[in-house]
Amino acid sequence: MKTITQIRPADLVAWSVATLFLAVASHRPVVAATTDDRAVLQSECGSCHVAYPAKLLPPAAWSQVLGRLDQHYGVDASLDATSAAAVSRQLHAPRASGAQVTRTTPLPRITRSSWFRDEHDEVRADTWRRPAVKSAANCDACHRDAARGDFEEDNIRIPR
Amino acid sequence: MKRAVLLLTAVCAGAAVHAESPGSLLETYRAAAAAQSVAYPGPSARRGDDFFHARGKEWSCASCHTADPRQPGRHAVTGKAIRALAPAANPDRFNSREKTEKWFKRNCNDTLGRECTSEEKADLIAYLLSLGHRSAP
Repeated sequence: MKTITQIRPADLVAWSVATLFLAVASHRPVVAATTDDRAVLQSECGSCHVAYPAKLLPPAAWSQVLGRLDQHYGVDASLDATSAAAVSRQLHAPRASGAQVTRTTPLPRITRSSWFRDEHDEVRADTWRRPAVKSAANCDACHRDAARGDFEEDNIRIPR
Repeated sequence: MKRAVLLLTAVCAGAAVHAESPGSLLETYRAAAAAQSVAYPGPSARRGDDFFHARGKEWSCASCHTADPRQPGRHAVTGKAIRALAPAANPDRFNSREKTEKWFKRNCNDTLGRECTSEEKADLIAYLLSLGHRSAP
């Protein structure tokens, strides 16, 4: 029998995650995103930029983005229907209706979100322009674990 | 260990689905081009070389894949690292018809503003296959 001091924090985390997973899985047996969906998101979105985690945009905004993948911020990022469905599950983005997807309104941008501006207000303009950064879309230039959805302050290394 | 087994299973499943090779895809596109024109002279690495380096609307293939497709590239917009395109430098290239078609569709649209022809696809793969391993600098 382990006393409370013998239980490692890692065990606690693992059990909490497992319990949470079971709780969620038992309620959402069909629509929950799968490991395959995560792999699709990584390979389809992650080829050209960090596979931005769902939390960075609201679901309706993701729906707009996914509804116009053939005109994706200046490039063609078309997906076949199976991959598009996986990405949409992974981003919690409902299928956009015709009204939500207009060809003329600008696509939403993570970098225009007020929270993004607040979080980055101390980053100077010339830092964004450094060759190793190049673009604000390039999260993992500074957030080393961005691809895993980790944007913690401790994991930021701004390149020279 | 469990992860290793899962990974191995995924890799095997992937290999079963993606049975194509750069050579077999070249043959597929060659046959398609030949079916469209009796005068089709066959794939040309030289034409593929020109095609790869020619600028279309704004970009060429080299804009992201660099002038030497055996080198790692960088996405022209986002700066994201792109693994080498030439099969000699990256054996994961041109192993899947679906993946190859997906990227031809996207990238031909971005560079040329249209789809590529089977002839252009055959030439491009012929060019990439003509590139052996890069000698040490």
